[in-house]
Amino acid sequence: MAKAVIDIHGLTKVYKMGDFEVRALDGLNLRVESGEFVAIMGPSGSGKSTLMNIIGCLDRPTSGTYHLDDVDVSGLNRDERAVIRNAKIGFVFQSFNLLARTSAVENTELPLLYGEFGWSSGQRRSAAMDALLRVGLKGREQNHPSQLSGGQQQRVAIARALVTDPAILLADEPTGNLDSRTSEEIMGIFQTLNDDGKTIVLITHEPDIAEHAKRIVHVRDGIIQQDQRVAQRRTVPVRKGSAEH
Amino acid sequence: MKNSIQRMGNITVVGMKAIARNKLRSFLTALGIIIGVACVIAVVAIGNGATKSVENTINSLGTNYIMIFPGAATSSGARMFTGNSMLTQEDAEGMKQECPAVAYVSPTVRTAAQIVAGELNWGTSIQGASTDYPLIRSWNVDQGTFFTDADVKAAAKVCVVGNTVLENLFPNGDAVGQIVRIKNVPFRVVGVLEKKGGNMMGQDQDDTIIAPYTTVMKRLSGKTKLDMIQVSAASADQVGQAQTEIEAYLKQRHRIAPGGDADFMMRSQEEIAQTQAQSMGILRNLLMVIAGVSLFVGGIGIMNIMLVSVTERTREIGIRMAIGAKGRHVLLQFLFEAVTLAIVGGVIGVGIGVGVSMAIARLLTWPVIITPSSIVISFGVAAVVGVFFGFYPARKAARLDPIDALRYE
Repeated sequence: MAKAVIDIHGLTKVYKMGDFEVRALDGLNLRVESGEFVAIMGPSGSGKSTLMNIIGCLDRPTSGTYHLDDVDVSGLNRDERAVIRNAKIGFVFQSFNLLARTSAVENTELPLLYGEFGWSSGQRRSAAMDALLRVGLKGREQNHPSQLSGGQQQRVAIARALVTDPAILLADEPTGNLDSRTSEEIMGIFQTLNDDGKTIVLITHEPDIAEHAKRIVHVRDGIIQQDQRVAQRRTVPVRKGSAEH
Repeated sequence: MKNSIQRMGNITVVGMKAIARNKLRSFLTALGIIIGVACVIAVVAIGNGATKSVENTINSLGTNYIMIFPGAATSSGARMFTGNSMLTQEDAEGMKQECPAVAYVSPTVRTAAQIVAGELNWGTSIQGASTDYPLIRSWNVDQGTFFTDADVKAAAKVCVVGNTVLENLFPNGDAVGQIVRIKNVPFRVVGVLEKKGGNMMGQDQDDTIIAPYTTVMKRLSGKTKLDMIQVSAASADQVGQAQTEIEAYLKQRHRIAPGGDADFMMRSQEEIAQTQAQSMGILRNLLMVIAGVSLFVGGIGIMNIMLVSVTERTREIGIRMAIGAKGRHVLLQFLFEAVTLAIVGGVIGVGIGVGVSMAIARLLTWPVIITPSSIVISFGVAAVVGVFFGFYPARKAARLDPIDALRYE
C-alpha cells in the first residue's frame, strides 16, 4: 500500500448558528495516497467546501483526526497551520487569486517569501521561472495578471502552487471561471503534473471535469457517499506547445 | 534565525512593492505627514531665528544696561501715566555722583524730522544723548569723532549720523564736516556711527541721528523734560544695586516717600530679555502646538487610508495567508507600509520645511536657523506616528480569517 498523504478519520465540523447547530461534516473518513488524483464532488451544502477548508488547513475540525503527510494537523493553531499551508499545500482557486499589478514571476515567488526556505532572491527567482516553465508560461514571466488571459492566469496560480513542491495540490473549482477549451488545457496540466507524481485533490461540481481525475469521491450530508475509481479517464489531446503565446 | 531575518527582509520587500503599486494613494497618505513635518521644521527654524536675533539685540545693549522711563508705576488704584515726564536733566546729571554703582548716564530725548543735506533729504529719528551714550550702547564711531562734553554743555549744533542716514544723504560716504539741516537748523556732522543692523523689532538701528541732548531739547523738540535716561551699571553684578540706588535717588529728588509709588519705571537688560524670551516662547509654543496638531492629523490620515487599504486588500490578505503568511507577517507588512509612508513623508517634509525656511529667510529677510535636532526630532515623531497609527489597521489585517478573506468580494 502506498504512503497516505491525506488520512482523515471521523472528521466532524459543527457550526453554531444561534441556537441550533449545523453539522457540515459528520464523521467523514478519507484516505488519499501519494500520487493520487482525487476529485471531490458534491452539491452545495454537502460539506464539500468545509472539507476543502479543512484539507487545506484553512480551518480546524470540531473533532476527528487529520494527518497530512504524516503530520497531525487537526489541532494546530493559526500560525502553525500557516506554516503547514506554506510547506505542504499548493492552492489553486476558482478566481485565480493572483495579486494585481504584480508580475507573473513575482506572484509565483510569493509563497517562498513566507516559508522556511532560506533561499536567496536569485534562488527564488529561478524556482519561480522553473514553475512557470512547467505550466507552459515561458515568455510571460513579466506580464501582470491584467495582461494575461484567464487560462494564463490560472497557469500562474498553478505555478505558484507548485513552487514550494508541496505534498498536495488543492484545486478548488479551478476551471469554474474558464471556457471549456481552456478548462481542458488546465486539466491537461493537472494530469501531466499527476503523471509526474504530484498528488492532486480537485474540488468540483462538474462531472466532465471530475472525470479527468483517477478517483471520484462524492460528499453528501457531511460524509462520503460514494468513492469510485474512474474507469475511463478523460484525457486531453496533447497539443504541441500548448502554452499560449 | 537567519531565515527569520531573511523573512523580515522579504516582508519589507513586500511592503515596498505594495506602496509602489499605489503611488498616488501613497503620496496622498503621506501628505499629512509631509505638511506636518514641514510645519515643524519651518516653525522651529523661524522661532530659533527670532529668538537668536532678540538675544543678539539685547546682548548688544550690554549686560549692564538699564533704562529709566517716566510714568506711573505698575501698581495701585487710579494712578495713570499722564504723558508728562517727571525726569529732568538735573535728575540725570546728579545720578553719577549719588549712585556709586552707576558708571555711565545718558539723558535721552527723541524726536523725528526730515533731514536735508544739499539736494537730498531723508526722514529719520533724532536722539538727544550725552557723551556717555557710545559707552552705554558699546557703539563707536568709525569716521570722525563723537561730540564732546563741551558740545553738550554749549548745546552745540553738531551730530553723528548712523550708517543708513549716511547712505541716503551722502552717497559718496563722505559726511564728516558736512552740514545737515534738521528742522531748518544747520548741524555739522562730526562723526559716523559704525553699522549696527536691525534690532529685535526689525527696526534699522542705523537709521538715526544722535546729537547732544541739550541741543535737541533747545533747538528741535522744545521739550524741557527727558524721554528716558539710559544708564550703565559699573558691572553686570551691580545692576541690581544700581537699580536700588537709582530708585532711592530719584524718589528723594522727586520728594516721594521711600515706600511711595514711583513716578518712573526702570527696566534692566535682563528684564527686557526675560520679557522678550517669554513672549517668544509663547509664540513658539503656540506654533509648535499647531505643527503638532498637523502631525497628529497626518497620522490620522495614515490610519484612515491604511484602514481603507486593509478593507480593499482583504482578498490579497486572504491569498497571502492561504499560501503561508502568518498573522505576524501580515501585521508587519502593513505596519511597515505605514511606517515607510510616514518616514518617506518625513523626508519630503524635512526637504520642504528647509526649503520654506530658506525662502522665508530670503524673501521676507527674517532670520531663520535650521537646527539638526529639529530635523531629527520631527523625523522621529513621523516614524512614531507611523507606528502608532499604522498598528491598528495592521492588527485588523492580521486578525482576518483566511477563509472569509478569500471569499471577500
